Amino acid sequence: MRIIVCVKQVPDVTEVRIDPKTNTLIREGVPSIMNPYDLHAVEAALQIKEATSGKVTVITMGPPQAEEVLREAISMGVDDAVLLTDRRFAGADTWATAYTLSLAAKKIGFDLIICGKQAIDGDTAQVGPEMAEFLDIPHVSYVRRIDKIEPSEMIIERLMDDCYEKIWLSLPALITVVKELNNPRPPSIRGKMAAKKAVIPRWNADDIEAEEDKIGLKGSPTMVKNIFAPPPRGERRILEGTPEEQVNTLLKELRRLGCL
Amino acid sequence: MLIRIDIEKCTGCGNCLNLCPFGAIIIKEDKAFITEACTLCGACVESCPESAIIDERAREGEKEENFRGVWIFAEQSQGRIASVAYELLGIGRKLAHELQTELSAVLFGESPEVEELIKWGADKVYYTDASQYGYLDDELYAKTLVNLINQHKPEILLAGATAIGRSFIPRVAARLRVGLTADCTGLEIDKETGNLLQIRPAFGGNIMATIVSPTSRPQIATVRPRVMKRGEYAPNKKGEIIKIEPLESKGRVKILERIHDSSFCKVNLQDAKVIVSGGRGLGSPENFTLLWELANLLGGTVGASRAAVDEGWIPYAHQVGQTGKTVCPKLYIACGISGAVQHLVGMQSSDIIVAINKDPNAPIFNVATYGIVGDLKEIIPLMIKKLKEGVSE
Ligand SMILES: Cc1cc2nc3c(=O)[nH]c(=O)nc-3n(C[C@H](O)[C@H](O)[C@H](O)COP(=O)(O)OP(=O)(O)OC[C@H]3O[C@@H](n4cnc5c(N)ncnc54)[C@H](O)[C@@H]3O)c2cc1C
Ligand SMILES: Nc1ncnc2c1ncn2[C@@H]1O[C@H](COP(=O)(O)O)[C@@H](O)[C@H]1O
Repeated sequence: MRIIVCVKQVPDVTEVRIDPKTNTLIREGVPSIMNPYDLHAVEAALQIKEATSGKVTVITMGPPQAEEVLREAISMGVDDAVLLTDRRFAGADTWATAYTLSLAAKKIGFDLIICGKQAIDGDTAQVGPEMAEFLDIPHVSYVRRIDKIEPSEMIIERLMDDCYEKIWLSLPALITVVKELNNPRPPSIRGKMAAKKAVIPRWNADDIEAEEDKIGLKGSPTMVKNIFAPPPRGERRILEGTPEEQVNTLLKELRRLGCL
Repeated sequence: MLIRIDIEKCTGCGNCLNLCPFGAIIIKEDKAFITEACTLCGACVESCPESAIIDERAREGEKEENFRGVWIFAEQSQGRIASVAYELLGIGRKLAHELQTELSAVLFGESPEVEELIKWGADKVYYTDASQYGYLDDELYAKTLVNLINQHKPEILLAGATAIGRSFIPRVAARLRVGLTADCTGLEIDKETGNLLQIRPAFGGNIMATIVSPTSRPQIATVRPRVMKRGEYAPNKKGEIIKIEPLESKGRVKILERIHDSSFCKVNLQDAKVIVSGGRGLGSPENFTLLWELANLLGGTVGASRAAVDEGWIPYAHQVGQTGKTVCPKLYIACGISGAVQHLVGMQSSDIIVAINKDPNAPIFNVATYGIVGDLKEIIPLMIKKLKEGVSE
């Protein structure tokens, strides 16, 4: 089984803030991490490999320093990694990202591609399904369980809003995974050594024969027009008095606001 | 570089420095200079009093003019149309009105409620009741919708930011080579350009962004459930139901079974109007029964912090936050939850937040519309009592 895992380096969003005075991102001291959902994607791939044998390749598209997340994946046990990096990839939205990643996946070859449910910086959850369309393969989003995997098919569970569904899926295919699926393993000592030594190939737009007008900013149909701080929450009030009085005020307010 | 500074015009005033969200502009030898940190967002361009910042993308004016009409995708599950579809009709009606065009709905899968779409505002409904559309089949749904769009060329398409919409709509956007904006919480028409301004939270809700797809049509967005208001219900409104020619499924994905695990299915947090959430401060799993009682009285459901889930007091399906669900009910009551940022990102867009916590310095109070500093074991039974009394009055 040849498995490709797509991982993304993201800022730790809990640290990202906007300066309300200048409307600019406060970037100082915001650490970069592997997108948390992608850790689950890596773990899923490793478990499948252990069950069926095969090879796991991680890929990322990003600036040169995104290599860090590839090394992190190697330290968890994946076999090899490819970094897609090129000034021309910069400014890609999900369309251009999915196009670029799908060309790389085609070049590497695969039976299964695993993505995280979404990246926590953009929260779009679009790159996986868009890749599947570019590659003309089926996909299943929000996979919470893998019941069976064979060379040409799998049985999995998809998390829906009101239930979950047991699904048969033919391979090659793409899945995106949620956190419930597994618990990512910590890096092993051996893995850390491998990660240190690994030579990670870098591919640019020419290496994957990308069309210039489909990558990076030029290839992106969406544009960020502006960013701003979320509107401040309205009135905030600490309720006074005895517990009885507090509860009375609260219920009165909730009634006034049409909540009861 | 697709954004550059015209050195002749630049006076080095520094206006653009503060406006750059990414700190990517510096002043060097009295002129502005764009560094590697630039993400080409374009926020600086209009800030320049000298018009010295040039956006070489110059994409305006290329867009196709013959795309007309606002469409919404109405999803159904087991024949029931999701409430987000009616919300989409609400906002869709507004947009259609501004653009002076029609509002249409697309419905895949048999539903006895198809006429409801018209009464809630659709002028037309494109509909197929063929059995292969009963469940989400991503490839089939995407291909059918792509065909319809190519045939009728709407300028805007909205779908719910639900498990269904967020799964198959990206395939539609990929195929059509158009922009797609996820999980919007605001939609407006730009008066100057006629483009759809798609407003959405990013970075876990710490930042809002306005996204446009200036040249590609249709402009496609998924819209967060429970954010948009429904429009007027007109029981006598007439509209046209147009049959869609069904396609065959590729059969590469088959739904074997729908599982309604009761512990899980009751937890439709995303759709809940009221969520009563518990954290470590509950102290024991038994106290969750109190929360259920309160939630039932309020017509809501129960959520939890990760700490409560990790303690094993309640299943993961209830977890709210960065690694759980993102919710935006009308009323969110946080009981014994400190308000760690990972929890806040999952609930801070709720309309009204009530916090009950005995620590007056708990960060949850920073986002709470109403805060009660007190012991939840005292406050919640009191609330339950008063609510019950209220009912019997
Ligand atoms: C990568 C990552 C992801 C995470 N994802 C999530 C997530 O998705 N969701 C999430 O919730 N957390 C998440 N967390 C964990 C988060 O950081 C906090 O640890 C967690 O939210 C704390 O839960 P809590 O508020 O219930 O517990 P605590 O922080 O222990 O707070 C308990 C509160 O209860 C109050 N209290 C105690 N007794 C009473 C009483 N009798 N009456 C009233 N108040 C009382 C205390 O004053 C205290 O404020 C994540 C953390 C990390 C690192
Ligand atoms: N630049 C990227 N490089 C590699 N994988 C990515 C990249 N962007 C997104 N992905 C993958 O797509 C998933 C969904 O991302 P998104 O659509 O941005 O929310 C992530 O969890 C990753 O698996």
